[in-house]
Amino acid sequence: MKISLFIPCFVDQMTPQVGVAVAQVFERLGHTCEFRSGQTCCGQPSFNSGYWDEAREVAIRAIGVFDGAEVVVGPSGSCVAMMRVFYPELLKDTPHETAALDLAARTFEFGEFLVKKLGVTDVGARFPHRVTYHDGCHGLRELRVKDEPRQLLRAVRDLELLECDEAESCCGFGGLFSVKFPMISAAMAEVKGGSLARTQCDYIVSSDPSCQLQLDGWLQRNWRSPTGTIPRTIHLAEVLAGAPT
Amino acid sequence: MIASDAQSPQLAKKKFLRDATVHVQDTGHRTFVQKALGGYFVSRDAQKARYRDWEQARDAASLAKWSAVNRLDELLPLFVANFEANGGQVHWARDAEEARRIILDLVREAKAKAIIKSKCMTSEEIHLNAALEKDGYGVIESDLGEFIQQLRGEPPYHFVFPCMHVRREEISDLFGKFLGTPPTSSPEELTMIARRHMRQLYVDADVGITGANFLVAETGQISITENEGNARLTAALPRVHISLSGIEKVVEHLDDLAVLLPILATAGAGQQMTCYNTLYAGPRRDGECDGPEEMHLVLLDNSRTAILADPEQRDSLHCIRCGACLNVCPIFKNVGGFTYGTTYQGPIGSVITPHLRGLSDWNHLSAASSLCGACSDVCPVRIDIHHHLLHNRRNAARTAPNRLEKFGHQIFVIVASRPWLFAAGGAIFRRTLGVLKRLPLPLLRDWMATRTLPAAPRKSFRQQWRQAGKDSL
Repeated sequence: MKISLFIPCFVDQMTPQVGVAVAQVFERLGHTCEFRSGQTCCGQPSFNSGYWDEAREVAIRAIGVFDGAEVVVGPSGSCVAMMRVFYPELLKDTPHETAALDLAARTFEFGEFLVKKLGVTDVGARFPHRVTYHDGCHGLRELRVKDEPRQLLRAVRDLELLECDEAESCCGFGGLFSVKFPMISAAMAEVKGGSLARTQCDYIVSSDPSCQLQLDGWLQRNWRSPTGTIPRTIHLAEVLAGAPT
Repeated sequence: MIASDAQSPQLAKKKFLRDATVHVQDTGHRTFVQKALGGYFVSRDAQKARYRDWEQARDAASLAKWSAVNRLDELLPLFVANFEANGGQVHWARDAEEARRIILDLVREAKAKAIIKSKCMTSEEIHLNAALEKDGYGVIESDLGEFIQQLRGEPPYHFVFPCMHVRREEISDLFGKFLGTPPTSSPEELTMIARRHMRQLYVDADVGITGANFLVAETGQISITENEGNARLTAALPRVHISLSGIEKVVEHLDDLAVLLPILATAGAGQQMTCYNTLYAGPRRDGECDGPEEMHLVLLDNSRTAILADPEQRDSLHCIRCGACLNVCPIFKNVGGFTYGTTYQGPIGSVITPHLRGLSDWNHLSAASSLCGACSDVCPVRIDIHHHLLHNRRNAARTAPNRLEKFGHQIFVIVASRPWLFAAGGAIFRRTLGVLKRLPLPLLRDWMATRTLPAAPRKSFRQQWRQAGKDSL
């Protein structure tokens, strides 16, 4: 299958290794990846702030970029939710509504795509660490992706999967919310980050690089671990791509 | 509480930011509230498991409310006709001021010397107690949690669990101070103290004021749900019973309660059923040995018709005030109930308060959310709560945009529409991030105050992809 990569702006600029890992996983499974360089950002910052006219312009452009792609797959539950759930709402009753619905039907989140569309749970990866999975809210509640990443992790060699007691709680990122209401955002990171870290995992696996930014940012600054080690976050695609050092 | 009505717009937001900042530092309080909800989650899940299909129950409850809210024009008159046929009297109140005036007139006509009241959030919405007290009437809250809050001089912290933030020892001290009782840490004893204190007050009261959970159109009955039996005494013992209800509480059929009462109990308090579910159908009739001589119902609009006129957010009128959305809300749990400065706290409060009290003054509550959606997931009547926060944000940006913010988003569109500019801007950002971090830049500084920011990679994904050549990554 020819997979069109949807590399969110944040991944492109700040965590390119995630995009690289996504392509590696798909190519190892015998699929072809393309990256349409016209893509930039999905428009979620404006959409979430209420500036829908601005977000609409960005959305219409993005729909054009992915025109004709068989499937569009992105390594972020949040950005995929923007395209799949919110573009149709944003473009409702406009000439672009049909195109938005058409793109929505072709757009998938990375882990969900592997399990649900490709029917793969074992990608042949090995990752000899204790990990816990952080559900990003958009993946969990807008896309209803919960079990797929866990199925993928359970199939990884030498990986021990732990669950934290706040698995479905938000990390507090929320885009611009994290800087508009930094005190609330940090308090949420404390609750979620603390719960994740208390599993005594080596890595916190996530399907949302922006949640990773928040959790890593808070844990590195604030977490006082009894063992002295602070867990790092890692993207699901990086775990599935192979072994980090 | 009456003071908050007089808040200037900027004041409400400033107060929210200030109170939130103070509250998040109170780790003890946050942990206490989090722990107080621990038992709720366990019993809620146990009770949910007793349903053959919880999701279907949510569908049924949502449908019952949906069909009633969408036919209010038909069902309200039907309810009123049946309620009046039962001997009750109906009073329509356009807003809080009118509702207060109606109730004050009724209290005056009844020549009331003492008033007892059971839990009624709508009365908090119209600041009824303050109005009654201003006119020289004493009001006693008979719900234990509300009674505690009344003694503390505080509004409810949570619209279902009004004193969930108060420790047992504090309640013991409070009772000692006001009622002269010896200290105790036993919840049973504390309850008995309040009960003993309250009994005579029911007998003395001339007027009993209650709320309403549901108004059953086909029978003209008022349904009230409670755990302490205090609402039954409040409604039955005094000579005059006044009930205050929002117009959205109407349901068509008595049968609708078959799903609404249990789902309210389970979602709201983790109970199979609330202890007392009573249907009130008019005042005492000939030959009956108890019940009030007069029964009045004040039907309050107070901007509910404005929500009704908005098809997008009309479902927020489905709300049965169970409080489930507060219990799962990370914002509520971290900033606490008082920070909102509203009658209705938490996610549903953030959705409806802008409608009740003005979007420009209260949009900050819609902005103060990570949009995690935990609220919508638990809402027993399927209100699309977190998406309505987005809708409020959109409406605010449309009607009263923040100029600087709008300018920022316009710049964003210019960059996001030009891949070359996006790539160039990104490269500059990555190269200079190390320096930027050391400057007191607004957004960056807000982030870095509590969190680190990683170093930027040398090459973006698009650079790596291009350099590696297509398909060779």
